[in-house]
Amino acid sequence: MRRLRKLLIPGVDKKLLVRDAVKTMPELTRRRFITAGTSLGALTLLTGCDVVDSSSAEELLKKVSKFNDAVQAWMFNPDALAPTFPESMITKPFPFNAYYDLDDAPEIAGADWKLEVRGLVENKKSWTLDELYKLPQEKQVTRHICVEGWSAIGSWTGTPLRDFLKLVGADTRAKYVWFQCADKDGYNSPLDMRTALHPQTQMTFKFADQILPRAYGFPMKIRVPTKLGFKNPKYVLSMEVTNDYKGGYWEDQGYNSFSGN
Amino acid sequence: MTSLAVSDHQAETAAPAKVIQPVWVRLVHWINAFAMILMIMSGWQIYNASPLFGFTFSHSITLGGWLGGALLWHFAAMWLLMVNGLIYLALGFATGRFRKKLLPITPGGVIADTKAALTFKLSHDDLSKYNSVQKLLYAGIITVGVVIVLSGLSMWKPVQLHWLVSLFGGYDIARYVHFTCMALIVAFLVIHVALALLVPKSLRAMIIGR
Repeated sequence: MRRLRKLLIPGVDKKLLVRDAVKTMPELTRRRFITAGTSLGALTLLTGCDVVDSSSAEELLKKVSKFNDAVQAWMFNPDALAPTFPESMITKPFPFNAYYDLDDAPEIAGADWKLEVRGLVENKKSWTLDELYKLPQEKQVTRHICVEGWSAIGSWTGTPLRDFLKLVGADTRAKYVWFQCADKDGYNSPLDMRTALHPQTQMTFKFADQILPRAYGFPMKIRVPTKLGFKNPKYVLSMEVTNDYKGGYWEDQGYNSFSGN
Repeated sequence: MTSLAVSDHQAETAAPAKVIQPVWVRLVHWINAFAMILMIMSGWQIYNASPLFGFTFSHSITLGGWLGGALLWHFAAMWLLMVNGLIYLALGFATGRFRKKLLPITPGGVIADTKAALTFKLSHDDLSKYNSVQKLLYAGIITVGVVIVLSGLSMWKPVQLHWLVSLFGGYDIARYVHFTCMALIVAFLVIHVALALLVPKSLRAMIIGR
């Protein structure tokens, strides 16, 4: 088995390989791939012909994904807390994970950075890192679950997002808080308001009691233990309180938008 | 004369071969087969994103093209699998089919029928009656089906259903349980299809009922 493993992908991290492979595809190809799955997949095998027009299969899958958003919103209990763990269970080293290499991770100068606050809020002032560090902080040791299936336990410290939203006078009846980040190719992601107001949803400034390193999203990440990892924005530049669904980097490529845990 | 006519009439209605697989069984069986194949092939693609073991599944036998596409398939087909499965379980209990067809399973019967099967002495004359090995395998695969759905649900909603995750001993263990159940189902599928082809009238019964 060990020999087989080496033969498969010698010296290459399989996760990175898969990610790189997907990354190299233009978005259209990635979308087409879903479609290709239809004709190459079970339908063809079972019937010997392409019974389902591929674009209509894709439309159906998208509809079911929207239905799954609704089901998950219905299942979401705003009081259900993600399990917490003792510090001894923290995964070491905690994996760096993104759709790019660590070398390509944003390098943000903390002194120049400001968090922009936009949309349905009373106070649209931008926040410096020093100002944010003065807000009351909490620590959580929770499990980060990746859409790929792996998981890791980490320790994150920061200000509950719901406290910050209150502080800036956000309209918490709005549907989303939409984050824009500094990742290359422009990562962004919408967070439904109920999840934004969850007690464990956090504006994170520290990992394992240390100032958030570049690998994990300096200067600020949003830790959402009730969402899959790809909906935990890093290198945050701005947040916008909005009623509009503005899509997201991964959501637009087909990952389920709610993706709640 | 009259009595003769009546008995003739009775003979006529009794004459068509008795239904071995009622229509509801055939319906849920084939829907399940379809949903299961979608789940397995998309599941393999999802597995490839973060393999538990030192191998991945060939792209030619997976569904969805990439992780995102496979997840769309998996979380769509799961509804078909789950709703169909619940209907099967409900009717299986309500009609007494499980009790009549699958019970009793005795160790002695299983051993005797396994021996008979391996020496090709097992009778398939009455397809409406399962032998002990069949009873064990069918009851077993139903259980595996329940466990794979529960472990899948616990991975899908590890916070909302954290009690279910605890039942499996944690998120990471639930992944292995889910994979193991898949492997058991695939193994069952291989044997099941091979035997159905060896005894074609059983396949016919699952299609037209008798």
